[in-house]
Amino acid sequence: MSKLTLKAGTRVSSAVSDAQLMVIKVPAGEYELTCGGAPMLGPGESADGSASLADGDAGACLMGKRYVDPEETVEMLCTKAGAGTVVLNGTALDVKQAKQLPSSD
Amino acid sequence: MNISMLLDMPADVFGERTAVVCGDQSLSYGELRAAAQRAAVAFQKAQARYVAVLDVNSPALPVALFGAGYAGIPYVPLNYRLTRAEINELIARVAPAVLYVGAQFRDLIDPRDDVQLRDTAELLDGEGDGGFVPVDVDPASVAVQLFTSGTTGKPKAAILRNENLISYIIGTVEFGGAEESDAVLISVPPYHIAGISAALSSTYACRRMVQLESFSPQAWLAAARAEQVSNAFLVPTMLSRIIDHLDQTGEAAALPSLRALAYGGGKMPLPTIRRAMALFPQVDFTNAYGLTETSSTIAVLTPDAHRDAAASTDPKIERRLASVGQATAAVEIEIRDDAGQALGPDEVGTIFVRGGQVSGEYLELGSSLDGDGWFCTRDVGFVDDEGYLFLDGREDDVIVRGGENISPGEIEDVLIEHPAVADAAVVAMPDEQWGEAVAAAVVLRTGAAPAVEELQNWVRERLRSSRVPQAIVFKDELPYNDMGKILRRVIRQEFLQGAA
Repeated sequence: MSKLTLKAGTRVSSAVSDAQLMVIKVPAGEYELTCGGAPMLGPGESADGSASLADGDAGACLMGKRYVDPEETVEMLCTKAGAGTVVLNGTALDVKQAKQLPSSD
Repeated sequence: MNISMLLDMPADVFGERTAVVCGDQSLSYGELRAAAQRAAVAFQKAQARYVAVLDVNSPALPVALFGAGYAGIPYVPLNYRLTRAEINELIARVAPAVLYVGAQFRDLIDPRDDVQLRDTAELLDGEGDGGFVPVDVDPASVAVQLFTSGTTGKPKAAILRNENLISYIIGTVEFGGAEESDAVLISVPPYHIAGISAALSSTYACRRMVQLESFSPQAWLAAARAEQVSNAFLVPTMLSRIIDHLDQTGEAAALPSLRALAYGGGKMPLPTIRRAMALFPQVDFTNAYGLTETSSTIAVLTPDAHRDAAASTDPKIERRLASVGQATAAVEIEIRDDAGQALGPDEVGTIFVRGGQVSGEYLELGSSLDGDGWFCTRDVGFVDDEGYLFLDGREDDVIVRGGENISPGEIEDVLIEHPAVADAAVVAMPDEQWGEAVAAAVVLRTGAAPAVEELQNWVRERLRSSRVPQAIVFKDELPYNDMGKILRRVIRQEFLQGAA
């Protein structure tokens, strides 16, 4: 599978839905990143319409949610909602449960 | 990646919702984004190194902040309460720049060739996005540069990078978390970190900002009622003035929409917070502790912790009303002794903090973080066994009496609980025997006239004898800066000169 070079600030989009994510933190390197079973698109790439959401993928990216790998070394922010589970190097990313704080500003 | 993404998301999803209101001016999230993108185009054309603003709160200020983000140029809001000479000195430090200035401040500025002067009102002119083309902004680039208040010397230029501010906001604020009816009343000035973080966090939460040009108790209460404000942030002196105003006028403390009141930026006197909780029992109070160099809040005392402390008779719980709360999930806090060793619960030392939002960096001095990323706040304090942080003043304010370190805060807390005392500040004064001795400047309540000995005995009965002020002077008022920070330097100087 093709790999994407990710660094903080990289915007990636789904090839099968409207989902968009922004990389918040990541150890520098190349990653296999898919959404809904199809490789995600890097900056400047656009979907050719050939990919479609994998059967049985009921996952979705929710606007404003942060997605992390189990070690929390990678963190991505969903900047546009869309269907499909995001999978990084074979492992599905989880929503990071933010500890809710009272508004302090 | 830059701070403009914190506006892009609300504008994409809630474009029609009101983002900011000030008097009869208002902008939706969509309008705010269009204005910020037009501004970005103007900033890029100006080829300036900085976008500086000298003006009071208005919708033009968030336009400039986010516009600078879209353009990838550092934003520098300047303090309009400084003297003419001080303002021009800061302008010289950001040139070449484009400087947006309110009409009322224009005469303060000495013209220079490398500063393009424009009227703040221009930021709200025009339609559409002005042909804005997104630019790639390095997350490590500077988003905001704030000049520190300079209470101890020449103002330092604190650097906040895009990654610091974004880390702070997405780590502590839920995107779109506000109800459409929510509104936050912003009365802190735009050149303060609290003003910057209020604009960023309110926008990301999609909480309507209601701006006050300048604070007065009457204006604050009127705006809170007229705009059905649900949230507000105040510095302690502002809250004191609101309470005094209500007490003096007998006006009802009716703020039916207000649900949450956060405070910070200075020490909150215990009598003030107790009175505020009694006046506004339905309101959730939050104490937020943070610094410019930490992109704002690093510890919060939650509404529940306020209520538990106020209701408790256990001294350990009760004293937490004076705490700034526990570290947020986004940072770690550690107390260290003079040798750099980490201290345990209830041991007083210097407060260190670490986390993605901590910049700890100044333009001229570079990063002040240690090798492991820890920032020395220069604030003194301790944590209790459950991580509640108590502040004990600044390192520079500690009184060293015969080798014993004495923090002014604990003595001030005791003095201010005396029924005759309205306000108190404790400083070091030179002493032949002890090196330094404890001195206090006290403001009395109207009609009260206690003897100096009475106040000294009051302290002696509650603290060790070394804490008893050797000299006490009575003043009409104490010197504060415009954010409610006490200017101990001024009081120390008076004791030094023997004028007090």
